Amino acid sequence: MTSLHDGRSIWMRMHLDLPLLLALLLMMAGSVTVVYSASGQDPAMMIRHITRMGGAVLGMIILAQFSPATLKRLVIPLYCVGLLMLVGVLLFGVSSKGAQRWLDLGITRFQPAELMKIAVPMMVAWYIGRNHLPPRALHLVVGFTIVMVPTLLIKEQPDLGTSILIASSGIFVLFLSGLSWRLIGFFSALVALAAWPFWHYGMHDYQKQRVLTLFNPESDPLGSGYHIIQSKIAIGSGGIEGKGWLQGTQSQLEFLPERHTDFIFSVLSEEFGLFGVCVLLSMYLFIIGRGLYIAVNAQDAFGKLLAGALTLTFFVYVFVNIGMVSGLLPVVGVPLPLISYGGTSMVTLMAGFGIIMSIATDKRMLLK
Amino acid sequence: MRKHRPTIRDHSAEANLFARRAFVGFVFVTILVAVLLSNLYTIQVDDHQDYQTRSNDNRIKVIPIAPNRGLIYDRNGVLLAENKPVYNLEVIPEEVDDLDASLSALTQFIDISEQQKNDFLDDIKHNRRFKSQVLKARLNEQEVARFSVNQHKFPGFSIEARLARYYPFADTLTHALGYVAKLNKKELAQLEAQEQGTNYRATHDIGKLGIEKYYEQLLHGQVGSQRVEVNNRGRVIRTLSMTPPQPGNDLVLTLDVGLQQIAQHALKDMRGAVIVMDAKDGGVLALYSNPSYDPNLFVHGISSKNYKALLNPDRPLINRTTQGRYAPASTVKPHMAVLALEEGLVTEQTSMWDPGFFQIPNVDHKWRDWKRWGHGHVDVYKAIEESCDTYFYDVSYRLGITKISDFMAQFGYGDLTGIDIHEETTAILPSKEWKEGRFKESWWRGDTISVGIGQGYWTATPLQIANAMNILVNRGVNHPPHLVQVVKKDNDVTQINNEEKPPVILKDPRHWQVALDAMHNTVQKTSGTAHRAFKGTNYDSAGKTGTAQIVSIAQGERYDAKSLKERQRDNTIYVGFAPYEDPRIVVSVVLENNHGGVQIARQLMDYYFAANPVNLARNNTP
Repeated sequence: MTSLHDGRSIWMRMHLDLPLLLALLLMMAGSVTVVYSASGQDPAMMIRHITRMGGAVLGMIILAQFSPATLKRLVIPLYCVGLLMLVGVLLFGVSSKGAQRWLDLGITRFQPAELMKIAVPMMVAWYIGRNHLPPRALHLVVGFTIVMVPTLLIKEQPDLGTSILIASSGIFVLFLSGLSWRLIGFFSALVALAAWPFWHYGMHDYQKQRVLTLFNPESDPLGSGYHIIQSKIAIGSGGIEGKGWLQGTQSQLEFLPERHTDFIFSVLSEEFGLFGVCVLLSMYLFIIGRGLYIAVNAQDAFGKLLAGALTLTFFVYVFVNIGMVSGLLPVVGVPLPLISYGGTSMVTLMAGFGIIMSIATDKRMLLK
Repeated sequence: MRKHRPTIRDHSAEANLFARRAFVGFVFVTILVAVLLSNLYTIQVDDHQDYQTRSNDNRIKVIPIAPNRGLIYDRNGVLLAENKPVYNLEVIPEEVDDLDASLSALTQFIDISEQQKNDFLDDIKHNRRFKSQVLKARLNEQEVARFSVNQHKFPGFSIEARLARYYPFADTLTHALGYVAKLNKKELAQLEAQEQGTNYRATHDIGKLGIEKYYEQLLHGQVGSQRVEVNNRGRVIRTLSMTPPQPGNDLVLTLDVGLQQIAQHALKDMRGAVIVMDAKDGGVLALYSNPSYDPNLFVHGISSKNYKALLNPDRPLINRTTQGRYAPASTVKPHMAVLALEEGLVTEQTSMWDPGFFQIPNVDHKWRDWKRWGHGHVDVYKAIEESCDTYFYDVSYRLGITKISDFMAQFGYGDLTGIDIHEETTAILPSKEWKEGRFKESWWRGDTISVGIGQGYWTATPLQIANAMNILVNRGVNHPPHLVQVVKKDNDVTQINNEEKPPVILKDPRHWQVALDAMHNTVQKTSGTAHRAFKGTNYDSAGKTGTAQIVSIAQGERYDAKSLKERQRDNTIYVGFAPYEDPRIVVSVVLENNHGGVQIARQLMDYYFAANPVNLARNNTP
């Protein structure tokens, strides 16, 4: 009992949650495997990928050392700096591929939106957590404003994927704080009602056509539908068992677009089949379950709301990405969390897990 | 801050609320995961077959491989049409380090014109960089050798070989063999309609003329294929499987290239045609039309300059043997004699007086004999031997056009002989119906008179003339003419074209003998029209001369070759056969505005009957 207790305390003293850490490391091992295949066995890319993951893990461990109390003190400055930088991006940002997302800091280029992925749920969680749960109407309005200002700024860049992620992270805080079901129902109905006239009067025919194409890629097989069709072919041809590692013809012969980033799920599905998909989804469910468990057991409202919102936002990544590559949702640029090749989103996600671990271990220290 | 608040937070109620919400959140997550999973199940399990097929369609391409075209041989096994490799200098741009430097260094070894260079640079711009482009087509052997030695200096440059048709005898056999040339869109559409489109997927050339066109299906063969894996840019990654193509059938012709060469040599710059037929089976031993042209020019696409040169007044593109329409002239007199005997208008014994012209009773017009002062007393033998026109004017006048027309049709006049090339005309065997159809005019009695000597409206091809004679020498048995005797596929040998057409049956078969004997006399008797030319042969031949007027000579005038322009001089015809006792070959020679056909026929027969057939060297070594 003592040795077990001591064993736990080592991880606690390091402010790490062992089950979560193991799951994350397992996902990363999986990521290395799939990215190796999806990159066309490019060693240079593998080195970059592994280096970044190492950096992300290090960042997570460092963030986990900050106590929730410290984080609370950083909330307002972090949020305000982030907001200022978002305005800066719109005014002086660097454009790339038709979107203005980067701030040139001289040494490196930086996407303030990534910072906001953490800062927004923190700010809302801090604001709502200060008061009684469930929040009163005024608190809800203020909380909603805290979410929507950065969301709209990011949508202007434009970056629909990130703005969805940030909006949902804030709304999850409100939901977890006990927003009444009647209000939830009311807002849902309002959105649905607004959509109807918008579709009929607010959109041009070509815009409608574009939306329809997003939902029915076969109607435009050479244009925007091409990516989704190739992705579905990759997934479908994988079958139950998959074609085998490095054997996916859709990915190896480059019929799949963006195969190592946004469409990496298609590579995994093609090479490892429905079996691999189930393993992946189980891992995600485990991580989400663990995150919510930590949230439920968190010491205070701030910790609960923040850990819960970050965990559910993690799921939004999963759902939007997989829904998009399998043709359920329109194409928005959201990577498959922990698997896709790409630095910034990996770092942000791991920072989020660092905060979750800080919350998890904070409670236990107090219990001692 | 919190301390100043009046209300006390109920932490356990808040914790419970949060826990419930977290649970609801997890339930939502699970439901959404189930939605994802059920969609993925549909894609990966239910629709797996469909996506599997589409995945394979993406990556597997079938590359057709052209079959080798069948070869063509003459009756003695001499190769007349073969497939020779042509060497193209090709470049794969992405494998070249410095294109400009390579191109300028290359000029030491191979001449490349500005035009070729610019075309090539243009091709590169419009194609994928891994796709091979032709820099220079049809390198000669020196160029191939010079480049091969230095190839290591030119990465990305290579010499690619492809088989292309080559006719080693060039213009000697053009009108019989025809040629192949680049398959065009119209032909491709026709092939598609015949469900042959797939079979021609890799084929460059198609038969355009002659044997090459007529036997296209036999010569072409069956396309092969190679299944390859390609990437999204169409680049071949590896070969998955291969089905080799089936080469086309080889053809063995009835032609003898030696006779073709003699015909070509004898005709020199005369316009005319030569047919030599095997009397035993109708096989065509020689089919030569002069002037001729080199079919190899067409194989790689003829230049407009070369093509214009072929559109001269001598019309080399016309196949005179089967498309030339000439009055058969006196060569039909033996047939006319047989008909007259059959109809009982004349007998072997009866004779008539020839004053040198013929007149229809109560008509002033005189149809003149070629011999101004007449042949005197003429019987059927003399009429053929000396080619007496007056005798046949009279006979045809008494026969009438319908009997003549019906009888001559049985010898193939006015109809296609059915020889195995498409370039053939029926020419004209006149009849009452024909004239009404053609001129909306009824037949005059006078029209019949010149038909009696194979002139007037009557035209025939040199092949029809030979064929009609062949039926006569076979006493009515009809072996239609053909050029291909054997189709070879690996070790399978199939005889073709050995069917007979319905024979000409006489009431009295002895009448054949009269015509044959008379033609024998034409050659053997000193008074015969072909006697001089056939002096001293070691075989016994027979034949009939003919002369056709091109311009009508006015009443009371005489034909004088010197006073006429070349194009208005008479055409001359000779049709003969040998040996007389048991005919083996029939020869017809038609010369436009020229004479000497009898001598040419003799040369051909001499060659044929020479004790040791010479194995002739090719006049154009490949």
